[in-house]
Amino acid sequence: MTLLYFAWVREKIGISEESLTPPANVRTVDDLMTWLASRSAGHADAFADRKLVKAAVDQVHVQARADVQGAKEVAFFPPVTGG
Amino acid sequence: MPGHTGNVRVQEAPFDPGAEINGFLARNPNSGGIASFIGQMRDFRGTDRSGGEKVSAMTLEHYPGMAEKQFEALIADARQRWALDDALLIHRHGKLHPSEAIVLVATASAHRADALSACEFLIDWLKTQAPFWKKEVSSGGAAWVAAQSTDEARAKRW
Repeated sequence: MTLLYFAWVREKIGISEESLTPPANVRTVDDLMTWLASRSAGHADAFADRKLVKAAVDQVHVQARADVQGAKEVAFFPPVTGG
Repeated sequence: MPGHTGNVRVQEAPFDPGAEINGFLARNPNSGGIASFIGQMRDFRGTDRSGGEKVSAMTLEHYPGMAEKQFEALIADARQRWALDDALLIHRHGKLHPSEAIVLVATASAHRADALSACEFLIDWLKTQAPFWKKEVSSGGAAWVAAQSTDEARAKRW
């Protein structure tokens, strides 16, 4: 699975992209955030307040309860501020 | 949309809104109503025009691939709701300076009502859906722009 990080989520984690294989018990976006938060201090900081972190699975906006099993690309980012 | 290409552009290079709108008119000779919205980079931080801290530059980060996909989806949604002949969405990324255009939305329809509504719908939804993040640079340093709850409320009206 490719993980992508944008804006301050990227800055806190310290990288923009990584390729990881989550354990089988990671089923949802929320599970994935819990697992990622355990990987480094930067990850923990980025996912410290999950209400502030949005997600997209295979380039579609999703809620925290969305399924990530079988996903190729999962992105985490703050609420968008374009336009 | 058959016959039309280039409905969506995400680019680092500056664009000329006047030239883009003229080109949009030229490619839609059957449309009597053209509506457009231009978002430009402002030179102050926050919502206080007179007391706001001066912003000298901005960096716009985006999610390549998803940004274009979102724009295509928004245009497809607008086409379901209104009788649109054509639509154009251009959005910058990278480094911007005050008074540069960030975004252009243009819509074409037989008459003004559908063009105006679709244009407003597109910019309202773009603000809450398109994966772009602004970071402003001022004398006080660089800071990520916070999302506005009023933007969410405007988009929900549709």
